[in-house]
Amino acid sequence: MREITYRQALNEALAEELERDPNVFLMGEEVAEYQGAYKVSSGLLQRFGPKRIIDTPISENGFAGLGIGAAMVGLRPIIEFMTFSFSLVAFDQVVNNAPNMFTMSGGQFNIPITFRGPNGPAHQLGATHSHAMENFYASVPGLKVCTPATPRDAKGLLKTAVRDNNPVLVLEAELLYSSKGMVEPPDEELLIPLGKAEVKREGSDVSVICYAQTVPLALKVAEQLEEEDISAEIVDLRSIKPLDEKAIYDSVAKTHRVVIVEQDHPFCGVGAEVCYRIQKNIFDELDAPIIRVSQEDVPMPYNECLEHAVLPNAEKLTAAVKQVCYA
Amino acid sequence: MQPGEQRDEVEMLSLMLLIRRFEERASQQYQAQKIGGFCHLYIGQEAVVTGAVAAVRDDDYIITAYRDHAHALARGTSANACMAELFGKATGCSRGLGGSMHFFDKHHHMYGGHAIVAAHVPLGVGLAFAIKYRGEDRVTLCFFGDGAINQGAFHEALNLAALYKLPIVFICENNLFAMGTSVKRSTSLKQIVDRAEGYDIPGEIVDGMNFREVRDKISEVVDSIRKEPHPAFLEARTYRYRGHSMSDPASYRTKDELEKYRLDDPITRLRAQLTREGKLTNEQFDQLDKRAKETVMAAVKFAEESPDPPLEKLYDYTYADGAKA
Ligand SMILES: Cc1ncc(C[n+]2csc(CCOP(=O)(O)OP(=O)(O)O)c2C)c(N)n1
Ligand SMILES: [Mg+2]
Repeated sequence: MREITYRQALNEALAEELERDPNVFLMGEEVAEYQGAYKVSSGLLQRFGPKRIIDTPISENGFAGLGIGAAMVGLRPIIEFMTFSFSLVAFDQVVNNAPNMFTMSGGQFNIPITFRGPNGPAHQLGATHSHAMENFYASVPGLKVCTPATPRDAKGLLKTAVRDNNPVLVLEAELLYSSKGMVEPPDEELLIPLGKAEVKREGSDVSVICYAQTVPLALKVAEQLEEEDISAEIVDLRSIKPLDEKAIYDSVAKTHRVVIVEQDHPFCGVGAEVCYRIQKNIFDELDAPIIRVSQEDVPMPYNECLEHAVLPNAEKLTAAVKQVCYA
Repeated sequence: MQPGEQRDEVEMLSLMLLIRRFEERASQQYQAQKIGGFCHLYIGQEAVVTGAVAAVRDDDYIITAYRDHAHALARGTSANACMAELFGKATGCSRGLGGSMHFFDKHHHMYGGHAIVAAHVPLGVGLAFAIKYRGEDRVTLCFFGDGAINQGAFHEALNLAALYKLPIVFICENNLFAMGTSVKRSTSLKQIVDRAEGYDIPGEIVDGMNFREVRDKISEVVDSIRKEPHPAFLEARTYRYRGHSMSDPASYRTKDELEKYRLDDPITRLRAQLTREGKLTNEQFDQLDKRAKETVMAAVKFAEESPDPPLEKLYDYTYADGAKA
């Protein structure tokens, strides 16, 4: 193991998959000559050439569709959205074409495509650039959605996504690109299955279910709570769809108390689905009502203090944990 | 078909007849409520897709919008599989899961059947991208209506195809209307083909009621693309005799206009050409027509007798690995 950044981990995943399979190509705005808007594709043009690392004009609908068409005949495109906020102008391609094709063609055309890029609120980017798209996409049958929170998960999930025979969205955590973590050396193949959560910290009093940018938040809060004798178990979903229900239920059966901390909006958010499944399937294990911590239900304000207030933050999460623990 | 080979024109006439009779029968079966959902008929436009198919190889790619029955039939999808799809049966070309607007046939390189106006134009560009990526000499034919040319997806797709020099022929089937909206009321250009100029894509107008003209023009364009990949654009001027879909009485146009186009019918026209040249007798024509009608009647029987897609398989076609998320 060695320590690398989340950005480097993604870059390694891309390079390894491009190296392994000539059908894989990377396409998006500024991915080639500019080396990536967030430098995730740094060095790839030099290594793999312009046939496989392809700059596009600002035409998300067009190049997302191009990728889907190429996938119909067996190429394995990796389509980068500069951020998932911009995937909105390609929403029709991602929601109508990629996931429906396999069904509509009676199983003749599967679409082995990866859509990837930063997702979720970053820092003071305002309402148009702060979208957390996971609940939108996870509600679409035929799509898979993962949300890595660590460099190791980022690398392992992206590589798995590229090899999957279905459309997979890898929602990268914009704020975590420079974060560091331990990852297997490049000569050790790292594949992390979709639909497998990971307990990032063991605990006995409360299960904090989180993903993406809320994972480091939950870990930080758990440490502070330890000082107050509250032992929080941190369950990182890693994939939103498929959802690892077993990992969730195992943890809840141990702690009997749940807080879900998500980076999307409260109304019809990811936490609503997780919460529904817990109460439906293991109601008797619960010792307290489940609480969700999410963004506030408002478009993201630019002002820094207000942005902090809108986001799920340490104060809100701490209060929620104490509330479910009746502490 | 092998390169350089010409498709037999009598066979192509026979294909046009099959399409015409298929659509007429589909209309009747729709009225009898054997077919559900939306159903858009191609009657009147037959020369466009038959002319196009006559100009390309069997391994070239084709993709179109929702008015797609003819495109599948022209490609070689059986009338049985097409009719069964309309009936929603397991034996349909999309296993009864696609319906009228979503015909697919991988074996015959028919890539759909797409019902969001213009959303498939980028997909066509992707098919062409894959051809060039692999260094093949195939060509993609991408069909769409006059209504598609004002969508963003269309513009993005044309620009990408031109930018990357992809082997694709954009074929606009200009039947003068998008539902009830005439081209005059939808498009700021005098002629649709001028859209191509904005992307430096060579464009031409062809008479979409004339099989030979469509075939010859597309042959010429496809030859040039095979030598050196590039996009091309054709505006095929044509006309649909029926309403937009089954529920549309088409009251936005006059009887005179319809009659004018009927006199120019693509089937009548090719028949007359062949007869004049001594390549087809009246008896032979009647024979072809009889055969088309029989094929279609047999297809209705086949569709009726076919099973529904099994409910137990409901989840089998959501993810390629059969996973339930
Ligand atoms: C994005 C979108 N908007 C609206 C529709 C509804 N609609 C279906 S067909 C059609 C008209 C399209 O006309 P045209 O492209 O000329 O094709 P034609 O029906 O003449 O073959 C419309 C508006 C749709 N399917 N998709
Ligand atoms: Mg039209």
